[in-house]
Amino acid sequence: MTADRSLRAPAGAGSARRILRGLVLLPLFGLLAGCNLVVMQPSGDIAVQQRNLVLASTGLMLLIIIPVIVLTLLFAWRYRASNTAARHDPDWDHSTALEVVIWTAPLLIIIALGALTWISTHTLDPFRPLSRIEPGKPVAAEVKPLEVQVVALDWKWLFFYPEYNIATVNELAAPVNRPIAFKLTASSVMNAFYVPALAGMIYAMPGMQTQLHAVINRPGEYDGLASQYSGSGFSHMTFKFHGLEGDGFDRWVAKVKQQGSDLSRDAYLQLERPSERVAVTYYSSFSDGLFDKIVGMCAVPGKMCMSEMMAIDAKGGAGKESHENAGRLQYDNRHTERGDEPPGATTPASHRAPKSEAPDADKTHEGSGQGRAAPDQTNN
Amino acid sequence: MTQASTADVPNFLDLEGEHHPEGSTMLGFWIYLMSDCLIFAVLFATYAVLGRSYAAGPSPKDLFDLPIVAVNTSMLLFSSITYGFAMLEMEKGDLSKTQLWLAVTGLFGAAFVGLELWEFSHLIHEGATPQRSGFLSAFFTLVGTHGLHVTFGLIWLVTLMVQTRLRGLVPENKRRLMCLSMFWHFLDVIWIGVFTFVYLMGVLQ
Amino acid sequence: MFANTDLQHLLFGRLSLEDIPYHEPILQVTFAGVAVAGIAVLAAITYFRFWGPLWRDWVTSVDHKKIGIMYVVLALVMLLRGFADALMMRSQQAIAFGANEGYLPPHHYDQIFTAHGVIMIFFVAMPFVTGLMNYVVPLQIGARDVAFPFLNNFSFWMTVSGAVTVMLSLFIGEFARTGWLAYPPLSGADMSPGVGVDYYIWGLQIAGIGTTLSGINLIATIVKMRAPGMSMMKLPIFTWTSLCTNVLIVAAFPILGAVLALLTLDRYVGTHFFTNDLGGNPMMYFNLIWIWGHPEVYILILPAFGVFSEVTSAFCGKRLFGYTSMVYATIVITILSYLVWLHHFFTMGSGASVNSFFGITTMIISIPTGAKIFNWLFTMYRGRIRFDVPMLWTVSFMVTFVIGGMTGVLLAVPPADFVLHNSLFLIAHFHNVIIGGVLFGMFAGVNYWFPKAFGFKLDPFWGKVSFWFWTIGFYVAFMPLYVLGLMGVTRRVQHFDDPSLQIWFVIAAIGVGLIALGIGAMIVQFAVSIKNREALRDVTGDPWGGRTLEWSTSSPPPDYNFAFTPVVHDLDAWWQMKSRGFQRPLQGYKPIHMPKNTATGVILGVLGIAFSFAMIWYIWWLAALTFVATLVVAIGHTFNYNRDFYIPADTVSRTEQERTRALAAVRA
Repeated sequence: MTADRSLRAPAGAGSARRILRGLVLLPLFGLLAGCNLVVMQPSGDIAVQQRNLVLASTGLMLLIIIPVIVLTLLFAWRYRASNTAARHDPDWDHSTALEVVIWTAPLLIIIALGALTWISTHTLDPFRPLSRIEPGKPVAAEVKPLEVQVVALDWKWLFFYPEYNIATVNELAAPVNRPIAFKLTASSVMNAFYVPALAGMIYAMPGMQTQLHAVINRPGEYDGLASQYSGSGFSHMTFKFHGLEGDGFDRWVAKVKQQGSDLSRDAYLQLERPSERVAVTYYSSFSDGLFDKIVGMCAVPGKMCMSEMMAIDAKGGAGKESHENAGRLQYDNRHTERGDEPPGATTPASHRAPKSEAPDADKTHEGSGQGRAAPDQTNN
Repeated sequence: MTQASTADVPNFLDLEGEHHPEGSTMLGFWIYLMSDCLIFAVLFATYAVLGRSYAAGPSPKDLFDLPIVAVNTSMLLFSSITYGFAMLEMEKGDLSKTQLWLAVTGLFGAAFVGLELWEFSHLIHEGATPQRSGFLSAFFTLVGTHGLHVTFGLIWLVTLMVQTRLRGLVPENKRRLMCLSMFWHFLDVIWIGVFTFVYLMGVLQ
Repeated sequence: MFANTDLQHLLFGRLSLEDIPYHEPILQVTFAGVAVAGIAVLAAITYFRFWGPLWRDWVTSVDHKKIGIMYVVLALVMLLRGFADALMMRSQQAIAFGANEGYLPPHHYDQIFTAHGVIMIFFVAMPFVTGLMNYVVPLQIGARDVAFPFLNNFSFWMTVSGAVTVMLSLFIGEFARTGWLAYPPLSGADMSPGVGVDYYIWGLQIAGIGTTLSGINLIATIVKMRAPGMSMMKLPIFTWTSLCTNVLIVAAFPILGAVLALLTLDRYVGTHFFTNDLGGNPMMYFNLIWIWGHPEVYILILPAFGVFSEVTSAFCGKRLFGYTSMVYATIVITILSYLVWLHHFFTMGSGASVNSFFGITTMIISIPTGAKIFNWLFTMYRGRIRFDVPMLWTVSFMVTFVIGGMTGVLLAVPPADFVLHNSLFLIAHFHNVIIGGVLFGMFAGVNYWFPKAFGFKLDPFWGKVSFWFWTIGFYVAFMPLYVLGLMGVTRRVQHFDDPSLQIWFVIAAIGVGLIALGIGAMIVQFAVSIKNREALRDVTGDPWGGRTLEWSTSSPPPDYNFAFTPVVHDLDAWWQMKSRGFQRPLQGYKPIHMPKNTATGVILGVLGIAFSFAMIWYIWWLAALTFVATLVVAIGHTFNYNRDFYIPADTVSRTEQERTRALAAVRA
């Protein structure tokens, strides 16, 4: 909150009007103190470093922003037309010394900020494994990060824990002070994975895998969310992230094992269909290599995995006689094939009256599940 | 600065009306061509990104028939030369010869478009459709956009032939022929890029 | 309806009566409002016998002044629509907590935020900027029109055509629900079937053609049609920023056109540019659209910078400080704006070196921008500042914009962006620069040049009321969003569970209410000014003590702008003329060569609407018909060689003598 303090500083000295304005602002600061500025008070080391960077950059920029604002108001007041005492110099339009100052002052700040950016972008690269848990606490050589594989589904989060052979929906947990290595992908459209208390966000994209390395330093229950708009159910695509201490994590794993069922390929394909506000679900085991199949867009039996396709392409393709490959690679059309409403469907392809939420009875009966969307959208 | 030492008031108006802004058509058309060039830049960039995404399907080596493309290329190059002849005749003020060369240019252009269409239908017949893979989408779009430009060039050429016939080589028509000339040569340059980047590098890689 | 569905498909494509949202109360009210207002306008036009003049003097006009005014009117009308969307979003977010679902289901809410973004950028900010440039640039450089007057009219009607296409989605079908940049794969055929994204594509494609052509036109105008003596370094600063903006337009809008065309092929033909499967690459869309999108930001802001420069020096009664450095700053911004696009998706996971490269180039832009702010500051220094409405907007801009600039540079630091990207902090940032920069600039410009365009000033009282409501409303509406961003709240959320957030959304909604009052005050300002136009009349043509050539002619300027082409010796050409005792010549007028009006532009515009509507609804026969018709009309237009005429010297003489009498009457 240094930003607020430095902005308030000039309010103290000066006329009664300024004091009055300060008084008006006070309840606002009260409001600020009452709310949870999670980005400013995070609980994971990566997010803390990102917060520090926000504050440092803001501080650097205020060095020039505050004088500019003060000078603007000062000049506006001092050189008002009614103040005939002020000097008027209508032809004064150049000063080399001033020009040098107004170009170099921002330049120096940007050089400082640029250096800060270069260094911090490399140290805080989400793909880079952690080197420390907290300031002064490097990651010990023998510590293996907790691997969590994340899938952004329409509209819920699926987490795999390969080390424990469990999976969860809309609930994430990790032991305090153990590095976490996230691998992320998505099933149909792009999304972004964001736990503000833990670390910055990263996109989760279909057919691709991104990474995020982070650590949680304080136990607690934190909000996690989708931060890239992804269609109808986006607003409620949230989950809780639990930072667990001591044997809390092991107990949590045991609970998942005990309460969960098996996430088979079929179960996954059912889960993958669009749904909103999905309750927390546990899976005590999951089909072998399921995450890699999701990344490869080949969870549906009979489909060709991206890796296989890329290997063929790297060798120069499969030649002219490869028509069946096209069908095995078709992926995006499965909403329509299954009769699900696609995430961004609009009239006349959605089964609802324009601009309303209620499914339209008139429209659904004729297509019965398969939907009118299919014939309308077929490519000509 | 305004209080210059000389006492006499400078001439603030062009009272004789001598100031005639230069014709800006050529500049304007040139800027348009550059904006068109950017469209092709996007398509080339797209081809560069998707050009090897065969989706386990056919690659340039399987599909492209260099001799035919070479013939096609020469059609377009010849048409540029004949357009040049048309412009020379236009400078001389010889309407019928200008029209003759324009007609030859049009025939070469039509042959180019025809061969390209034949190539496309051949590819589609083999199952190498634009829907087959990212590579083929990018290929058909890049080459097809060029072909579409040539087609519009042909429509424009015919229009200008009619207009020169109706009105002769008046300044407006000369200006239009100049614009089309720039357009035509521009398409030639783009095609050289397509030929090299798509066909040659595709087959010889 | 039709017994034969095949026939219905053939005639109407996928359009049916069910696609008209007549059961939606919000739409019923809107439609009723639009219908009543529309009938009122049509009746008024008929009653005042305005159809003829409307057609002759406006719709078919190739006069850059008329076209400029029409652009600004379009922007103001669309501002009301875009703002209505904003009101709906803010009120939804202020109430949709916990058990209360609000009044907008996600399906509708998503369309509203998409439409808000699209309309505000493409059909408010762009026409505003283009309109001002169109009106002012030829006058500032001492020209009689733009380089290609017909093209100008055509560009305008293409922009209208795009706007109408987008507006049609309100009453027939639905608009996209993808966000204003329609990122695939969400916007692809498989994820967003239906007409929404198609409305988006065709609306923008058509408007984009108009914008590109208008950019070409203005570049040619500025390069070729300057008055004698006006070297590049004597170009008024607004014209300089316009030149750079139009260079950006020509170098950026074709990219938008191309990328939309690729998305169109994906949706209509089934190609695989941006699909997940069969070799497509959605990330390519992010790159391409932002290679257009970032320059677009500067396309909007540079002319606003130009307005502020003109206003500051005029109302401070002082030469602009640091003209040369201002020009170079503009050029540097123009070039750098192409090297920063990736900062819109640092979170996509490009490597650290790529991210920091784009982060640092972004920061570098703040150096020339900062230099500009200082230049305005030192123009005020030792000035004699008159706080008329345009100057108020300028001071408010300077304070507001630096805050937005600061948060922008903050977002350019990739690791900081990781926690702020897609959050309401980002929303607050870009509204901070677009409202505080572009919109304030346009309002300053409208208040500044209005007396030039209509011959009377805008009412200052209501102007100031509007100014204060806008400025205070802006802070009340958007400062809470900065706070919410720091609380980890993302954009485009339709309903919240955490009740502690609500108070901030309520404050923001109050802010939007204040802005609504600001807009209301602005409408009152126009009405009051028109009513009191005789009291507000300015006969001199130079109400503010202007410095550039547009103030040397009458207000409103005659069709031909200048009876004699000015000869320029100094940057502040008109200021110099005034201070050197320039006398208007009273005779020796010559016939003036002018372009003729034409209806081709508006015909092509209407065909454009019909074509895009047909494509959106798969009415193939109509699409083919309108496409052919467009070609025929365009080619037919080239067969018309009779495009110009001479205003006889007598007419010029009469017009100028009238002005002489009017000027004498004021002096007496």
